[in-house]
Amino acid sequence: MILEGKTGNWEIVCGLEIHCQIISKSKIFSSASTNFGCDANQNVSFVDVAMPGMLPTLNMECVNQAVKTGLGLRAQINKYSVFSRKNYFYADLPQGYQITQFEYPIVGEGIVSIDLEDGSTKDIRIERMHIEQDTGKSLHDMSPTKSFIDFNRAGVGLMEIVTRPDFSSSEEAGAFLKKLRSILRYLGTCDGNMDEGSMRCDASVSVRKVGETGFRPRAEIKNVNSVKFVMQAIDAEAKRQIEVYENGEEFEQETRQFDPVSGQTKFMRKKEFAHDYRYFPEPDLPPLVLSDEYIEEIKNQLPELPDAKKARFIETMGLTKYDAMVICENKETAEFFEKAANGHDGKKVANWLMGDFFAMLNRKNLTIDNSPVSAENLGKLVDLIEKNIISGKIAKDVFEIMSETGEDPEKIVEEKGLKQVTDTSAIEAIVDMVIANNLDNVTAFRNGKTNLKGWFVGQVIKESKGKANPQIVNELLDKKL
Amino acid sequence: MAIDTQTVIKIASLSRLKIDEDKVEATKDEFNKIINWVEQLSEVDTDGVEPMFAVNDTQLACREDIVVEGNQADKILKNAPIAEYDYFVVPKVVE
Repeated sequence: MILEGKTGNWEIVCGLEIHCQIISKSKIFSSASTNFGCDANQNVSFVDVAMPGMLPTLNMECVNQAVKTGLGLRAQINKYSVFSRKNYFYADLPQGYQITQFEYPIVGEGIVSIDLEDGSTKDIRIERMHIEQDTGKSLHDMSPTKSFIDFNRAGVGLMEIVTRPDFSSSEEAGAFLKKLRSILRYLGTCDGNMDEGSMRCDASVSVRKVGETGFRPRAEIKNVNSVKFVMQAIDAEAKRQIEVYENGEEFEQETRQFDPVSGQTKFMRKKEFAHDYRYFPEPDLPPLVLSDEYIEEIKNQLPELPDAKKARFIETMGLTKYDAMVICENKETAEFFEKAANGHDGKKVANWLMGDFFAMLNRKNLTIDNSPVSAENLGKLVDLIEKNIISGKIAKDVFEIMSETGEDPEKIVEEKGLKQVTDTSAIEAIVDMVIANNLDNVTAFRNGKTNLKGWFVGQVIKESKGKANPQIVNELLDKKL
Repeated sequence: MAIDTQTVIKIASLSRLKIDEDKVEATKDEFNKIINWVEQLSEVDTDGVEPMFAVNDTQLACREDIVVEGNQADKILKNAPIAEYDYFVVPKVVE
């Protein structure tokens, strides 16, 4: 994307760092629970608050989840990785250091394909992914002079995913976050809820003149907690930096914060005040060594991922690229669709799903998991139309009833007598009646007002209470008019 | 490698250690003595030698994903200088 400035055209260079909480029952180095939303300091072990003599023990499930995620990012899995201590002093970190990985992360370079609005795709390069422990949570608004610390979150496993600076617009960054969230949810390795903080994003933003090859200093925007805010923050920051340069000022690397109220980024600290983390290898944990057999075993557990599902739906179920993208973004939707389309016309099921069905869920404020209309019943409804048992118009009424009662459409059609009339003689009688009652229009039609045909079709269908098969009505009218 | 007084002050601040001004010079000298002693290691030729992260070859022992600890806020908070409503309470820290 090109941004026009007073002195010429600019472009955005942006990279993301995403912290994703690992789904596991217990924490990464202790056996306390990872449950969210419990009373303060209830899910805490002595390891999590760094009591003297406590030692970390790695939770193998967190490793499984990280390897699974790495494979989902089409990334290199490092058979040898090392835990390090990242030293800094803060009240939510009782150890005085975070156990993380530094030079030797568990996951190396990978690729995520993102889908853009114009229908194109772009590959975003993943630089690395490492695993580490989360910190406690501070509450600053309970008192003017004190901070309150809850360590329930301390020690929950995190995966930190770092991308290359491959984003040239906020749209691309937004599409990446949605795609990443979708992959993580398919894998079941992170729930991806940014509003609960289980996925948190830092964005590095710089700008440069179109044609420049090097990078200018960047601003790091910390802890943005929704896709929309990440996109706003990138746009606002790029605009701000262009203004700085165009006013003839210099810009140095710095850390900033996004303020959702103003939609602007706020200064936090300069580079020279950046933390000096003094990383060194964690003496309490030997290196993590994985075997080829182990990685192969995890690979065999991988579910079908969004891109593969999308391709399959396009190829074997007749969906357009756009349909497949919308349906595959959410694992539950894709599963519902597949069940509904089983044995029926995939494209028609997709149209119903993305049209009336989604509209109904929205209106009733429901998710697909608690939809009153089951996948099987949606498939049956499409079949009833396909087999000419009901018309598309009647189908809408049947769908309304289904979304109220959850009933089987075949039963509704049977009980309410909604079956389409395909009996030519019955329709013929109605056609004759309509013609007899509207002789003036018949004359007008024969004198050249051919667009009255549609009006006649409408009258016949109306007389049949919507049940006459439109194709037969058309054929009969052609004959009789 | 020599440590100057600026570095002493920086490291003290990163470690949250208070060093009285009149002790900075002496601390610097001690620092340098230790570092110079450890510097002897650089006499060893390590070209082409992979860094070693652990002295013994033990395989990392892992834990199963089971919850066996928790619901002990009272014990966790027992050593907190101040605790209120089951939270640790510290002077206000806003970054």
